[in-house]
Amino acid sequence: MSANSAGERFATTGNGRALARSAVPELPAPELFDAVAAAIGGGLRVASFFGLAEPGSDDVGLFAVLADDRRARLHLGRTRVRGSGFDALTPVCPQVHLFEREIGEQFGLEARGHPWFKPVRFQRSLRPGHEVFGGPGGAGPEVGVTDFYRVEGDEVHEVAVGPVHAGVIEPGHFRFQCHGENVFHLEISLGYQHRGVERAMLGGPHKRSIHYAETLAGDTTVGHATAYCQVVEALAKCQKTPRAQALRGIAMELERLANHVGDLGALANDVAYLPTASYCGRLRGDFLNLTATLCGSRFGRGMIRPGGVGFDVDAAMGSDLLARLDAAERDTANAVELLWDAPSVMARFEDTGPVPKEMAEALGLVGPAARASGLPRDVRHDHPSGIFRFSHVPVSTWNTGDVFARAYVRWLEVQRSIDFVREQLRSLPPGEVRSPVGALAPDHVAVALAEGWRGELCHVALTDAAGRFERYKVVDPSFHNWTGLAMALRGQQISDFPLCNKSFNLSYCGHDL
Amino acid sequence: MIDVIRARLQQGHRTMAWPDGPPPPLAERFRGRPLIDASKCRSGCSDCAEACPTGAIDLQGGVRVDLGRCLFCTDCAAACPEGALSYGGDYRLAVRERAQLVAPSERELELAAALQGRLRKLFGRSLKLRQVSAGGCNACELDVNVLNTVGWDLSRFGIQFVASPRHADGLLVTGALSKNMLLALRKTWDAVPEPKIVIAVGACAISGGPYVDHPEVANGVEGTLPIDLYVPGCPPHPLTILDGLLRLVGQLEGRRGAEGVSAP
Repeated sequence: MSANSAGERFATTGNGRALARSAVPELPAPELFDAVAAAIGGGLRVASFFGLAEPGSDDVGLFAVLADDRRARLHLGRTRVRGSGFDALTPVCPQVHLFEREIGEQFGLEARGHPWFKPVRFQRSLRPGHEVFGGPGGAGPEVGVTDFYRVEGDEVHEVAVGPVHAGVIEPGHFRFQCHGENVFHLEISLGYQHRGVERAMLGGPHKRSIHYAETLAGDTTVGHATAYCQVVEALAKCQKTPRAQALRGIAMELERLANHVGDLGALANDVAYLPTASYCGRLRGDFLNLTATLCGSRFGRGMIRPGGVGFDVDAAMGSDLLARLDAAERDTANAVELLWDAPSVMARFEDTGPVPKEMAEALGLVGPAARASGLPRDVRHDHPSGIFRFSHVPVSTWNTGDVFARAYVRWLEVQRSIDFVREQLRSLPPGEVRSPVGALAPDHVAVALAEGWRGELCHVALTDAAGRFERYKVVDPSFHNWTGLAMALRGQQISDFPLCNKSFNLSYCGHDL
Repeated sequence: MIDVIRARLQQGHRTMAWPDGPPPPLAERFRGRPLIDASKCRSGCSDCAEACPTGAIDLQGGVRVDLGRCLFCTDCAAACPEGALSYGGDYRLAVRERAQLVAPSERELELAAALQGRLRKLFGRSLKLRQVSAGGCNACELDVNVLNTVGWDLSRFGIQFVASPRHADGLLVTGALSKNMLLALRKTWDAVPEPKIVIAVGACAISGGPYVDHPEVANGVEGTLPIDLYVPGCPPHPLTILDGLLRLVGQLEGRRGAEGVSAP
């Protein structure tokens, strides 16, 4: 697709920018869907696709955000749906499959022709009185009650797991269609963590908004809070100081470090390689404690605030952080590099749960899972904002798409994030850390992308005439990637599920909202 | 193999001395129990209560912070024109009664007392818990899980997380109790043999946390299951959780860890 045709059907903007809602052309649904399909065919991605109630009518607006990673552009398109549904785009564009199910569930619309149209979170509709998956009498859908895939045959059996799992982890339901040990298909049914955050964001910003952002996925507190603040700052035309931007970058990379190091330990644990499992379990805590030094919270609560950051770093704290970072780097390298030399580990990691590049691209995977399949996509590089415009983090990729690749990409990213944090701490620009944030522009839309440790976080806010959130849409990377896990399991042994699952380590709460 | 042994030597012994030795150092900016100097309050001022995202501050008869609702976020302290509110370094926050969490700041928190009688005899030296995550953000779960790492080594106290509720002595619940988890939580509870206990970890499980009064949640576990131990925080620090667990099973009695040490 040429840039010109995108210009006719979409409004073009960039990461962390706001524009008037009226600048986004409204197309008839078939035309928008054709344009989206053409754009995807031309190498763009769907970053977000969602519904919103159109005030003063019974219509539902549909809003699409396409990411052009090569040109650092975002294209926004919209349409309006009247009646009970729309013709699904999924058959020609699989990466919108969950978005269309979500639109159906949230606004009581049927995505006609969708090959697997069923609930996403088993939530009530955001448009009262319009339930597409509900029970009789306007009731909402009952969690876990839906049509699951079923493979028939004498020697085929079904294994159902969850929502309550054996470990200390979040709830979700998994159904495997198995032939002996081999998995034909895995279906993942979520929604157990649904707590109504998108609905509660409406009418904001209010005093809970930043706390909702910080708890969309607790392990991505800094990432989601950053995306939220970018949206607010874009709508309020707030300029952050260079110092605030550098401190946000430090917090973001510390969050990535803690989670990646923890994941490498957990992967080692799942193949019973206890040295790395034990050391990385401890080292994850060391990185979390660096974040706690910054802001008092191991998860970064209170660090990212609209207009900048909540806490500054003085010279003494800076050198303390640098010294501890050096020590953690030494021990992490020592612990992680054991993995690549252990035949028992490599035998389990290599060729397990492969996701080919073409499939990763078709499904719209993001983050380390996409990069492990050879897709060089990283918001810090493709759509840089804040400090990442000035200080570049190389994109880490691998090409085998298996558990090994997802582990190894994390290790590459750990090393690069440590370099980044060190560089930032050594050269913090002077200045204030927080700028005042005024009222939000009315009738505007803003999109923010941030590269959280799991991948792309996408927040979109549309304001009403009073400058309040009329719609707030969150896409956690898990929303894109859960299907990647399901596909990774095809043809694998069911006993490799824990390992494959850990290699993605997706968020339930970030998906369920 | 030689590399594995070398690595073992480099990584060293990491299990903390606490509770017989000092606790692990807490960050200077760590936010423990909120402290209120009500003498600084201007009459008629309600800035702190209005700033609180979860309605945790009650101004009737002095300023009282409900630790069961508190996110330890400092919005109140930032709003206070007189600097009357601050967060101390005391990580010890676990109690046995919900009402204790609304104690006025001038009174010491009545920290969790140990189980008594048969429960103490059964669980004092061996407590097996089934964890249920029910509508939160996964931060509490992560910092519960941290107790299994070598630094904390939870199993040295005879406390362990088990895979089946049928093997458990109780539940440790996190999350605001989403309506979508209500049935699963009840079924898990029913599967735990008597006698059994419930531990609510985090603001969500105690009160609903940031999601309090959302129609999608049940405002925590209260009213659904009988809670034996409340561990406040958003999320609570692992030390706060472990302190609560050890108090409950009576393993802090007479040890240095019972006294607690504040952050610097």
